[in-house]
Formats: sequence, C-alpha cells, structure tokens
Amino acid sequence: MTPAPPPTPKYELIIEAGRGDREYWRDLWRYRELFYFLAWRDILVRYKQTIIGIGWAVLRPLLTMIVFTFVFGSIAKLPSQGVPYPIWVFAGLLPWQLFSTSLTECSNSLIANANLLSKVYFPRLIVPASAVVVCFIDFLIAIAILLALMIFYNFAPSWNILLLPPLIALTCFASLGAGLWLAALNVKYRDFRYVVPFIVQLGLYISPIGFSSNVVPEQWRLLYSINPMVGVIDGFRWAIAGSVVTPYVPGFLMSISFSGLLTYTGLLYFRRVEKTLADHI
Amino acid sequence: MPEPIINVEHLGKSYLLQHENRQRYQSLRDEIVKSAQTFWRDIRYPHKRQKRRSQENFWALQDVSFAIQPGERIGIIGRNGAGKSTLLKILSRITEPTQGRVAIRGRVASLLEVGTGFHPELSGRENIFLNGAILGMTRLEILRKFSEIVEFAEVEKFLDTPVKHYSSGMYVRLAFAVAAHLEPEILVVDEVLAVGDAEFQKKCLGKMEDVAAKDGRTVLLVSHNMMAIRTLCSKSLLLSGGKIQCYDTVDRCLSIYESKYVNPNVCTWERKEIASQESLVILGISCNLLGQQPVHVLEISVLLESVKEHKSAFIAVDVLDSSGGAIMQAIPLLQEPLAWQRKSHNLKISIQLPPLIPGVYLASVWVGSHNSETLDWVKEAVSFEITESPIPNRTFPYTRNHGFMVPISSCVRI
Repeated sequence: MTPAPPPTPKYELIIEAGRGDREYWRDLWRYRELFYFLAWRDILVRYKQTIIGIGWAVLRPLLTMIVFTFVFGSIAKLPSQGVPYPIWVFAGLLPWQLFSTSLTECSNSLIANANLLSKVYFPRLIVPASAVVVCFIDFLIAIAILLALMIFYNFAPSWNILLLPPLIALTCFASLGAGLWLAALNVKYRDFRYVVPFIVQLGLYISPIGFSSNVVPEQWRLLYSINPMVGVIDGFRWAIAGSVVTPYVPGFLMSISFSGLLTYTGLLYFRRVEKTLADHI
Repeated sequence: MPEPIINVEHLGKSYLLQHENRQRYQSLRDEIVKSAQTFWRDIRYPHKRQKRRSQENFWALQDVSFAIQPGERIGIIGRNGAGKSTLLKILSRITEPTQGRVAIRGRVASLLEVGTGFHPELSGRENIFLNGAILGMTRLEILRKFSEIVEFAEVEKFLDTPVKHYSSGMYVRLAFAVAAHLEPEILVVDEVLAVGDAEFQKKCLGKMEDVAAKDGRTVLLVSHNMMAIRTLCSKSLLLSGGKIQCYDTVDRCLSIYESKYVNPNVCTWERKEIASQESLVILGISCNLLGQQPVHVLEISVLLESVKEHKSAFIAVDVLDSSGGAIMQAIPLLQEPLAWQRKSHNLKISIQLPPLIPGVYLASVWVGSHNSETLDWVKEAVSFEITESPIPNRTFPYTRNHGFMVPISSCVRI
C-alpha cells in the first residue's frame, strides 16, 4: 500500500521589515499571469482611439529610416560598406527604437500605474517588465519591414542572422536595466520625466545609427562601446549584413558587460525602492 | 484553540514627515539644495543634529499586536488617521512595516478600492479579466466565475462596450462583482461600500455576509459605517493614534469608540500666537455635539478678544464635510454686535443640525464687520462626527453621491 501523500504545506507568509528576497522571486512566478495581463492591456490600449492604429508601429520606423537614408546616405554620403543604405540604417534603427521606446515606457511605467501600486500588492518588477514586452511587439512589426526591405533590395542575409535573437534579448536587458533605474528614480524625483526624453534624443545621435561605428577613432572605440547600443547595433549589422562588417569584439564585450552591470544594479536599486514605493507615489 | 490565521506582533510603521515641503514629490534640485543645507548645518551645529531628525518621524502604527482566528470577521474602527489604512496596507503587502512581524496563513485578497486597475478604454469583458488578475485570480478561476460575475453586476448587454461609456453605477457594480467573486482565505476590505447606489450597497453587504458566514472566510473590514460593522463583524479592533485601544466584541469596541470620541465630542482649538496687526482675534473654539439623531445640536463656544479698535463685528460658522467642502453656513443673531470696547467676548452658538448622514464634519469660525471685512477666520477649527443614521434601523451605508442630509420623510397608504 502506498503511503498517503503528505498534506500540502499551507502557504504561509511572513511580513517583516527588509524581508524576503526568496519570496519575492517565488511571487514573481506566482504573479506571472498578471504580467501577461498587464502586457496584454497595454498592447490593446496602445493604439486605441488612433485612426491608423497599429499602422504607427510601421510608420514610425519607416519614416525615420527614409529621413536617415536621405540625410546620411544621399546628402552626407556616409559609407555603408556595400550594403544598401536603407537596410544599413534600418539594422541600426531597429534595436535603437526598441531600446528607446522600452526605456521611455519603462521609466514612466510606475507613475502611469500609480493607482495600481498604491492599492494592490504584486511584485512591482512586473510593471516595467511588461512595458518592455509591449515595445517588443512594435519591434516585431518593424522586423517585418526589414524583411520586406531585404526582399525589395534582393539582399540575402548570411547565417549570422541566427544570432539575432540573443542580440534582441541583449537590447531588452539593456533597456530594462536602465529603465529600472529611471523608473525607480522617477517615483521619487520627477525630474527624470524630463531627463528621459533628453537621453533618448541624445542617444539617437551618439549611437551609430546613421553612421558606422568604425568611424570612431580606434583609441576611443572601447570607451564609445560603454553605450550598450553600440555593441548591439554593430551586432545587428553584422548579423544582417554578414561578413562585410568586421565585428569589433572588445567593444561588443564592453557593451554586454555594461548592460549586465546596468541591469544588475538597476534590479538592486529597484528592489530597494520597491518596498516603500507606495509611500512615495 | 486553533492556530491563528493572522498573527501580528509589535507592528510599527513610521513615515518621514516633510515639514517644510508639503509637495507630494520632491524634485532633484530641492533635494540637492536641501542636503547641502543640512550638511552645512550639521557641520556648524553638530549637537542639534539628532533632535531635528527625530522630529521628522511620524509613527502611523506603533506596537500593534493581535491575532485573528480562521473564520473571524474583524471590523477595524477608529478616527481618521488612527492607522486603519496603514494597517491594511501592511497586511496586503502594499508597503513594508518599519518594525514588527506579521504571519499570515492563507491567500490574502485586498480590496482597498473598487475597480483598481480598470482601464476606461477596455471593454467590460476585458476589464473583468484584467481586474481579476490584478486581484490575484488566475485566468481559469475568472473563466469559471465569468457568468456569475456578469450576472451579479447586471451588465450583460454592455459586456463589449468600453467601460468609459458605462454609467458610474454600472462601473462600480462591475468592479465590485469581480472582487466579490474572489476566493481567498482572507479578505481585506477598506471602506469600499461607500460607493454605488443604495440597492447595490445592500447587495454587496449581503454578498459579504455570505462570504463571511457561509464560506467561513476571514474578513477584515474597515468602515466608518457602524451599522455595517455591527451586522457583518464578529469582533472589532479599535485603533487610536496608531495603537490598539480595544480588541474585543463589536459592542464593547463601539461603546468605547463612541464614549471616547463621539458622545461628548468636545474638540477644542486654541490660538497659539497673535499676529500684531490683528484687532479682533479668536482665542479659542470648542464644540460639542448634543442630542441624538435625527435632532443634533452643534454647540460652539468661541472666546474672542478685541486687541485694538475695530468696527463692530458679527460671527459666522461654516460646516464642512471631511474633505473641506462647505455644506452650510450659520449666522447666529447676536444680541449686540461685538464691540471693541468690551475687550473679551465669550459666545455660545447653538446650531440645530439637519439630519446629517454619518461621517466626520468640520466647522470653521469667521468674525468680521458688517461690510464683510474679515477680522479673523479659523478654517476647519473643530470637527465632530455623526455615527448613527438619521433614519433608524437603516442597515445599508450612505453615500455622499446622494447628498449630506437625509430629509425626514414618511409614506402612508391612502
């Protein structure tokens, strides 16, 4: 005879000051459905009451690409290493737009959900994380445009393209890391509401979107790669255009480690602020 | 005795008060300027440092310990600022305590607001799922309860309409319906019954009674509605100034609460300092609520002093709701206007109140001369609380949506 299964341990919760990292991660898993629902809500709502709706997800990257192609490709005639210029720009623009929209949405997410945070408990990490997911949907649409462009220019990608998913993941992590910092800071200091658009605007110019990062003098290149998007954008171009782009490995590693650092510290800071978040919001 | 389902030990929560800065949020610039100032002061006056810090600490809850057995329904009562909401926020893990420990055995669902997370652009159907998830239901649970929720809320026809087009009644009904179908071991509810129309409130109370009595769930309810506490709860927790005043039967807690805060209802206000340019000043105000529903008399004693020459003056009392909105004004007839030669004036004003709905009210006292020149004005000087319903035996709560006064009316078959 098999022994009766032991009674399932009753869920017990201890609330104490400064407690519970282990419980936190368990809760994160327990509340995963809320994560889906929040992302789902934001996706549903994102383009409500707009005329062209999801068309904005197509139009925005497309128009930016056209402007960049015109300004940098046709007027400034910056080199694109033999790749059709629109594809070249687009390969840089894609991760950048994913990064910048995620960063913006992430840093506003806590304030935008203030009423939720002050009335219900759930691991707060869900809020900025679901903000990133929403931007990721826009990104997927933009990827489709890239494919259309490649077909139009009859441009065959190399096998490197298989490395695109980890690069996309890296972008998401970098934006989440920076987003966590900004979201937590934003709750206490609303100055960051003005800082974020500035970062995004500046980032567009200091990231190698319209130009190639090998324009940067060799001795500065490693320092330049602290910007996590430098590694990502170079990586994207390498994945899409293949061997015509020579990867700059130290820079890439620099970008990875800096995004890692950003995410890690962002997480720590966010967790610290999170505990008394409701008192500040 | 079974193990308690909630065990609270020496719970405390302190907030940092920002005296000089009443803004809801700081800006970075303020912070930098302030920390530079603080730093400089600390260097110059190191001995003053400790004192200033401790003044900024405010204990919303202090050394609170109690245990709740499974199946008990606890009504948490106390005046505004007694720490009721803070306690609920800690129990529902919205904020962390500063001290102490809480052990909870079971799933907690907290309902601190009706319709938290409702999105106006989403349809009723979508909001049911979203709100359910926010309150901690799984998708399967919501699916199982879906038709029940819709039926309870009476919104079948509008399920696919965005809730921004809902009437406020429909909105509240839908929101409560979702919450009412939670199946946690512990339900934490904050003053949510104060919304919605009377009929629906009755339905909600009934539903909550069901939840508590039939399913044997543990309920913690904060309410200013003493009738609701009486009908729903088996035990009560009276908080005062962040500490437990009484944790006993509902009757005992309510009688202590009423004897302590409500019945004599003496609240006083005193002037701390007199500005030099003033001529007629109010030195002190005290108020006393006499009588019983539906006939309450608000007695206000005012002590005034004529510091220097002023025009002859008269007095007015404003009665405001707890959020500061004026409800009515009383301008009592004076036997003689207040003249400056009389130096000191001791007045007793009696205001016969209309049948007010339960709640906390404030009174402001104004003195001025006939050409509406303000001499002194003490805003929201004293407060009083109405706890009983103007209409006897009314069990469902009042809502301010229907006004502050209940006309005494009658109806006979003819």
